[in-house]
Amino acid sequence: MNFFLITLIKTGIIAAVLMTTLAYLQWVERKVIAHIQLRVGPYRVGPHGLLQPLADVIKLMTKEDLVPEHVNKFFYIVAPILSVALALTSISVIPFGPEIEVFGVKTFMQLTDLNIGVLVLLAISSVSVYGVALAGWASNNKYALLGALRASAQMISYELPLALAIASPLLMFNSLSLREIVDAQAGYSFGFIARWAVFQGPFPQVISFVIFMIAAFAETNRIPFDLPEAENELVAGFHTEYSSMKFAAFFMAEYANMVTICSLATLLFLGGWHPPFPVEFGSGYIPSALFALAGAVALYHSLHPARPKDRFTLPVFAAVFFAIALAMAAPVLSPILVPLFWFASKVGFLLFLFIWVRGTLPRFRYDQLMRFAWAFLFPVSIVHLFATALAVALFTK
Amino acid sequence: MDAILFLIFAAIAVACAINLVVQKHPITSALSLVGVMGALAVIYLLLGAEFIAAAQMIVYAGAIMVLFVFVIMLLNAGEEKKPARPSWFAKLLGIPLTIAVLGLLSFFVQHGSPQSSVTFGEYTGTAKDVGRALFTTYLLPFEITSVLILVAILGAVVLARKEMD
Amino acid sequence: MGVMGAVPLSWYLMLSAILFSLGVAGFLMRKNLITIFMSIELMLNAVNLSFVTFSRHYKQVDGQIFTFFVMVVAAAEAAVGLAIILTVFKNRSTLLVDDVDSLRL
Repeated sequence: MNFFLITLIKTGIIAAVLMTTLAYLQWVERKVIAHIQLRVGPYRVGPHGLLQPLADVIKLMTKEDLVPEHVNKFFYIVAPILSVALALTSISVIPFGPEIEVFGVKTFMQLTDLNIGVLVLLAISSVSVYGVALAGWASNNKYALLGALRASAQMISYELPLALAIASPLLMFNSLSLREIVDAQAGYSFGFIARWAVFQGPFPQVISFVIFMIAAFAETNRIPFDLPEAENELVAGFHTEYSSMKFAAFFMAEYANMVTICSLATLLFLGGWHPPFPVEFGSGYIPSALFALAGAVALYHSLHPARPKDRFTLPVFAAVFFAIALAMAAPVLSPILVPLFWFASKVGFLLFLFIWVRGTLPRFRYDQLMRFAWAFLFPVSIVHLFATALAVALFTK
Repeated sequence: MDAILFLIFAAIAVACAINLVVQKHPITSALSLVGVMGALAVIYLLLGAEFIAAAQMIVYAGAIMVLFVFVIMLLNAGEEKKPARPSWFAKLLGIPLTIAVLGLLSFFVQHGSPQSSVTFGEYTGTAKDVGRALFTTYLLPFEITSVLILVAILGAVVLARKEMD
Repeated sequence: MGVMGAVPLSWYLMLSAILFSLGVAGFLMRKNLITIFMSIELMLNAVNLSFVTFSRHYKQVDGQIFTFFVMVVAAAEAAVGLAIILTVFKNRSTLLVDDVDSLRL
């Protein structure tokens, strides 16, 4: 009984945080891409465009939700449901932090800790190909079908290097459970180098990390691999015929997939919630220090603001940052918030990498994309797996 | 609790299998087969075979059936129309034969199956056990299946390529 | 029927038998090549269920190893079989089993 209640509460918290993150991830993306392109991005709706996601949600929900008459109605409605359901379910196996104790209840910061957590994530990403394929098929539209077939072929081709890139660090951790994988990256070698998978002997998994990130770009259909939904080549690819809430569902599924894959990369390669240098050297103070610095910067800018409105909004931001800094330093909340901060900052860095690459690189042509997967990434990941296996066999007792 | 879960997913599996056999359009049949595989993956979890359940979803539902769905979409195989000379012989033979097969299998199941029951949690086939067995006792079949997959890849590539002059 | 909460083994085997006979029915009664192929996959899945059930009964992992091999063989068979179906379609423009009859007497 207690278990079900705790899990329900955790589900509520994680769902709320996830949905907010998805909405604001879109805001971050628009702002970052805008600044890369030397413009400002959303600026008018709310202070610095912060209410833009809310405006978008209202717009998408109130648009006319039409089902065109030439589509296959059952699959047309099932495809976005399948996409978004699978994308949101995959969060349930991701651990956000160590075991915590809240009001006397000890619980993991994770919804479920499965023995086969990594395999569940791979399975969900395999089955989510159907959402894309069905969307293209049901639309009864040659551009949508072509986009869907290309997207599905791309996704299943890049699943192979993804799985092999996941298998290499698993050789060093000997477990498929995500929590045990992160626990195997605790501690520091030589006293100050973190034992994350990218730094851990006998074979630092740097190449595997790069392969994983490249395959992650392809799995989530992001630039440079986003030919299937390219606007100028294929109208809009597999979601041509979709509008309002169903289109919003595909969008949400894409961002949720991005968050899941970045979380998986953090857990497998970057050490999950472990800080980069030991607590003895002061890594417990970094979160509070960073937020306090952000608050100070906001206060400084509010003295000579660019817009007159900012004289009021920037001190509010500063107050929020100082409050978070205090929360990170408080001894009751810090065992919960500090690991969460490290996890979120690593995931945030990887998401920033996704957005940065989107603003910078051109897109691959379809045959270049497929040749890259089969003729380069797949052999490299196999050779890397062999090299890791050799290193582990020779240098582990 | 176990019985309820088993009955729900067994009902889903049988319903999707009947849908597979009855539907006219191949794509609906293909998606019903994906449904059967998903229900079977959950039943494998109830039997404690967690690695096989995940492998079923990754390999069967996520790769093999995607291949089927691709081929159906590419060939644009429409609905099955009624054939020119409907074969009453097949219908006459088909349904009784199916019932006969089912009856025979049920007889052997009822009389020959071991009298034990399955409770969730008593035995778990972890990935570690499966891996250890695969790489020690069953190493030769494992290596031979790799050669088999290589041969299948070669066969598929040869069959599907365009003629080059 | 069994203890409340424990499922008798024969139920799993019955489910496997039902799925297998539905596969046989689909194989015999359908005319589309791809649907016949999918009925074969259904039969393979039913057999996988039997293997896993018996692996559970004897509390050994060997049944699951066999399931693994059946899956691998099914993957290889699906790849080659679908390539053959594509070739048949390219040459005869039909997917009905009745029309692929040039070897009949």
